[in-house]
Amino acid sequence: MAKIPEIELMDKGTTACPGCGAAHAMRYMLKALGKKTTINIPACCWAVIPGVYPSRNLGIPLLYHAFETTGASSSGIRAALDAKGVDPREVTVVGFAGDGGTADIGIQALSGCLERNTDTIQVMYDNEAYMNTGIQRSGETPYGAWTTTTPVGSEKEWKKNPKKNMMEIAKAHGIPYAATVSIGHPESMIEKIKKAKDIPGPKFIHIYAPCPTGWRSDPSDTIELCRLAVDSCTFPLYEIEDGDYNIYKKPKDKKPVKDYLKRQGRFRHLPEEEVEKIQENVDREWELLLKKEEISSEE
Amino acid sequence: MSETRIVSGNFAAAYGAKLSRVEVVAAYPITPQTEVVEKIAELVADGEMDAEYIKVESEHSAMAACIAASNTGARAYTASSAHGLALMHEMLMWAAGARLPVVMTNINRAMGPPWSVWADHHDTLAQKGTGQMQFFCENNQEVLDSVIMAFKICEDEEIMLPAMVVEDAFILSHTKEPVEIYDQELVDDFLPPYDPDYKIDVDQPLGFGSLGMPDWYMDFRYKKAQAFEKTPEKIQEVNKEFKEVFGRDPGGLIEEYKTDGVDVLIVTMGSISSTSKDVIDELRDEGHNVGLARLRTFRPFPVEQFREITKGVNVVGVLDRNYTFGHGGDAAREIKDALYGHRDLILKDYIVGLGGRDLTPKILKKVMLDAISLQDKGLDKEIEWVDLRADRKKWRG
Amino acid sequence: MSEEEDIFRIVKDPKDHTDLPRTEITDCPSHLMNKTGSWRTLRPIVDKEKCIECGICWKFCPDVSIEVKEGEGAVVDYDFCKGCGICAKECPVDAIDMEKEADYV
Repeated sequence: MAKIPEIELMDKGTTACPGCGAAHAMRYMLKALGKKTTINIPACCWAVIPGVYPSRNLGIPLLYHAFETTGASSSGIRAALDAKGVDPREVTVVGFAGDGGTADIGIQALSGCLERNTDTIQVMYDNEAYMNTGIQRSGETPYGAWTTTTPVGSEKEWKKNPKKNMMEIAKAHGIPYAATVSIGHPESMIEKIKKAKDIPGPKFIHIYAPCPTGWRSDPSDTIELCRLAVDSCTFPLYEIEDGDYNIYKKPKDKKPVKDYLKRQGRFRHLPEEEVEKIQENVDREWELLLKKEEISSEE
Repeated sequence: MSETRIVSGNFAAAYGAKLSRVEVVAAYPITPQTEVVEKIAELVADGEMDAEYIKVESEHSAMAACIAASNTGARAYTASSAHGLALMHEMLMWAAGARLPVVMTNINRAMGPPWSVWADHHDTLAQKGTGQMQFFCENNQEVLDSVIMAFKICEDEEIMLPAMVVEDAFILSHTKEPVEIYDQELVDDFLPPYDPDYKIDVDQPLGFGSLGMPDWYMDFRYKKAQAFEKTPEKIQEVNKEFKEVFGRDPGGLIEEYKTDGVDVLIVTMGSISSTSKDVIDELRDEGHNVGLARLRTFRPFPVEQFREITKGVNVVGVLDRNYTFGHGGDAAREIKDALYGHRDLILKDYIVGLGGRDLTPKILKKVMLDAISLQDKGLDKEIEWVDLRADRKKWRG
Repeated sequence: MSEEEDIFRIVKDPKDHTDLPRTEITDCPSHLMNKTGSWRTLRPIVDKEKCIECGICWKFCPDVSIEVKEGEGAVVDYDFCKGCGICAKECPVDAIDMEKEADYV
């Protein structure tokens, strides 16, 4: 297991909310990647977290850009570096977007970036809703969650659609590497991001990043929620390398999803039968993932 | 050695990019721009052009990639048209706001519906407020010249703004004309490599384009406005230098054709200017005191120049190849704005040639004669649509 | 995080537009601008006797506001700590208590 590198490329004085998972995500990611990295960030929490002009929070160059352009912006930076003769193994180009910027408005640019075989790491830090604009539902908001646009009303209530599976979408582009990582497991997160850095071509990283403000959870629970998500198999930690699945963190005792849900106000309204439905779905997805891994190892 | 070749406007644009030693191209195909991207793809594939070519999945991404590349210190170029340009709208603003010298070619094409791939200036003029300089070309040589010139103007450290070099769909984009393709060394002397002071660079960890609170936003805006207001002077300066180096005058801000002491001034933009000049000659031969001003830059708008050339003019007839949903066409509106409080004259706005409708010398002559007639009869209507099917007799008879 | 000479390379303490770069290029380290410690309602208090200097609080602090110094244990930077309480929750030996900030102001 990788040690946590001492280097701090995220400065103190972020304007992230207390207990912010996205802040963790950046901190660990940069520990893994080091100084020879460029980052491009669309409209999202991280467009605000570095602070307002003239505040600079990162020890690497940062390009802020329009919401839907992460993949295209990474392509532009990479092309310019290519034109200048800067080797992709020497300088890592990272597109760092929230779940909305990756899975919804940015999915076209992401798809283009992956399909063109751009040598970058495309990161989705996933807090499961449009948190920067005030907790509106996104394609990554899970089934059952309250958000400000899926309120618990008397006629219609909470989000009824499942979370979009970005790992499968990324994989469908035939990219060499994709991984889910969690800030509750920083050692493996750093290990996987370092691995991605060394692989030529497009890489996709899905970072699980709780948002106490939007999840209506206690800020001190951020890390604990990450562990519960992994231990309940709600957010499995796995990688897909050249199409082969590897679940790198399998819970010894699979915890009930209920334990994970009950610590978040956004699921408080759910009746028992809905919690059971979520459990069934998590079980089904987990079994499917195990099978994918099994098939991968048989090849 | 410079050589003259018979090429289309689109090829001229591609050669302009090649001669400018563009380092990053990001483009998405759209009729009638496709030949630009095809030619560049060919030049890159054959090793004739040393550029990274990003085959993006949309025009929005094309400009986004150019912005990122330019911010990383590379000379960046794209090309589009009509709906593609409209999709880019947000990024056109971003390029200007971020002060990035991205140059693009836009093929002026009508906006749908109905779908139309033919000449119309609405697409370009709808982007007039985005902070892009806009160069309207009259012929294919000017397309090539303007791409090279635009990089020089845009990359000036006092300017650092993007530009669009625009040509009319099919009339220029697909029509072949003799174009002088300059010697690379000559262009290299004129246009040095792009080397911005601050860029995306791992050795200088800076942030580009952060959140600006109300206590700074307005001051930054003023700073950017000041840069834009320097563009008329810079364009004229570079135009002069271009003429000295290449022996050709692309026209600066406004091209004056036989305007000395005229009573009636006709204003045109783009490809109709050439035909119009012939008609002007004909009318002058017939004894009419008429001249033509070709608006080469719509942005910056040559306000001072318009005030100057309309001294002593009785009638201004503006040929607007656009209708921009407001009060008439865009050129007439801008000219009125420039002349307000400075000139007391008759100004009539002719809406012409929308969606590629043909503008024959005969129709143009009728339009100019109508403008001339206003001297005696006074202004009949502020805006007139020319050659509608309802009154073809008037314009074609 | 940054060498002193890296700071304010572009603009120091701008007064008006004449001091500004051409666009919003940021170059002022956030720790000089955003003293987020003022947001805190709960204050982590480290019991040095209990602290085993394992570094878990350092690892999980989202605000880079804890250092573990040999012989001193976990030291909180109160200029930046927002009081999220992750350190207290994650501490394996319960060496950190979250106390009311109001009692310390």
